[in-house]
Amino acid sequence: MDTPIIIGTETEYGISIKNVLEQDPVAASTLVVNVYKDSNLKKVTWDYEQESPFVDARGFMSGGENQQPDEEENTIINDVLFNGGRYYVDHAHPEYCTPECTNARDVVTYEKAGDLILHLSRIAAEELLPAEQEVIIYKNNTDYKGHSYGGHENYLMSRQVEFDDITKGMIPFFVTRQVIAGAGKVGSENGAESAEFQITQRADFFETEVGLSTMVARPIINTRDEPHADEKSYRRFHVIVGDSNMSEFSIYLKVGITAIALKLIEKGVIGSQFDLVKPVIQNQMVSRDLTCKKNVLLEDGRRLTPIEIQRSYLDLAHKHLQPHEITSVMEDVMAKWEFVLDQLETDPMSLDQHLDWVIKKRIIDAFIERHSLNWSDSRVRMMDLQYHDIRPDKGLYARLKKNGRVHQIVDHAEVVRAITTPPTDTRAFFRGSCLQKFSGDIHSASWNSMVFCTDGSSLDKILMDRPHFGTKEVVGDLLKNCTASELVEAVLSSNANKE
Amino acid sequence: MASEKQQEQSEKQQEQKESPTQDHTDNAQPKDEVTTKGKEIKDNLDQLLDEIDEILEEDSEEFVENYIQRGGE
Repeated sequence: MDTPIIIGTETEYGISIKNVLEQDPVAASTLVVNVYKDSNLKKVTWDYEQESPFVDARGFMSGGENQQPDEEENTIINDVLFNGGRYYVDHAHPEYCTPECTNARDVVTYEKAGDLILHLSRIAAEELLPAEQEVIIYKNNTDYKGHSYGGHENYLMSRQVEFDDITKGMIPFFVTRQVIAGAGKVGSENGAESAEFQITQRADFFETEVGLSTMVARPIINTRDEPHADEKSYRRFHVIVGDSNMSEFSIYLKVGITAIALKLIEKGVIGSQFDLVKPVIQNQMVSRDLTCKKNVLLEDGRRLTPIEIQRSYLDLAHKHLQPHEITSVMEDVMAKWEFVLDQLETDPMSLDQHLDWVIKKRIIDAFIERHSLNWSDSRVRMMDLQYHDIRPDKGLYARLKKNGRVHQIVDHAEVVRAITTPPTDTRAFFRGSCLQKFSGDIHSASWNSMVFCTDGSSLDKILMDRPHFGTKEVVGDLLKNCTASELVEAVLSSNANKE
Repeated sequence: MASEKQQEQSEKQQEQKESPTQDHTDNAQPKDEVTTKGKEIKDNLDQLLDEIDEILEEDSEEFVENYIQRGGE
């Protein structure tokens, strides 16, 4: 099984309007999404025909209706972006999805481009509001009152892998991954055991091991089976257990090591060897152990630290990944993975320029010491929230970055460019390029479809069932030299020939 | 702007040069230099805390209490 690596993330942002009598998060989200435009051309709608969020990977359909907005609402709440990503209103949050990427570094670039898109949106939205009102957007996962919103990851996998193998291999991986990927949180919620500070924003919200729901009784392993690709060849593994990260280093390692762990599962080398006793409870315990050295209990009776379990996955990667499978980014990810595990072993606080939870803990500790505060002080809770404020002048993470106190993975110029430029090595290139060149001829789009209307009346749908096709190498010349109707004709006739 | 970028690049190059298991401390460093560096780090942190004092939302109690979201996903 040599499944191409395809990764994308989805971020739901928290939103609040300052100096308003009554908060209306739906209206606020709609305002910021609708005010943003890549160009002055008409907006392209989302093709909901390709959605199937109620199909369960364990082989059944769950109850629920696919809700499809009417055309006007579709235009207002959706934006398909020049960079191949999607920006839309999801329930009561603005949500940004990166385009499909082939490596962890590109994910960092495009996720950070999303933060900038939200920032540009909030500036444009404020222009439309009374002068005293401010739009504040947080890239975090909780309001600290029991309401959580997600930072999801998606990984392309072979359909041949049994879902049960994914469950067995990934539960222990996720329970221990948080020592690297956690965004840090002051306090606890959702009825979970109290804590002054914990490693993740989300552990308190996970109540089951496996399931389809993302909003109640959240599962560590989400079974949504909506491949957005050829369903006979692929599944899309939808990860909901992680935090949204501010730190580039955290995003990079989070998606980089997860893609590697999934490769190991495809190779069948994980099996049940790390099965945990009561993973939901241990997930919360790991989140509360800031030393990262308390043992986790395995079904076979072993007791290992989260660091040791993560190191076992890394060792298996060294052992089983063939040299030709290890890309330069993967090699770098594995080196940084080892570096982080070594540092966590010696002193977790030494990662105060790398990992979100440690960066946040370090500045809050210093603030508490300066003002002789305790952990429940409102200024401490405000620091936690404001760490995630996306404004460059107000966000605490942003200020740390400006002061050179956090480690960066990508250049700011690359991030700016990624706002309007798609990756060249996935179908996002085709999507983003078509939107830039043929916007007036496109009716709608989705992850795996582009619907053209070149004559003003009839619709032609181009399906893009292979996420690693539609690259610049393959379609670059064609896109450069043809009109929209020539493109549609060329692609549809080539598909007809294949059939 | 240009110098910031250069700095970023040189930091990056530095990071690439370092092997991940390498010891980051330089044992050969003279003691007074370590003290100076330690003071620099502390001053830097103090300056950052001054900034945080300045930018932290006022009325944090009210602000934090009023920040209510609907669950999403």
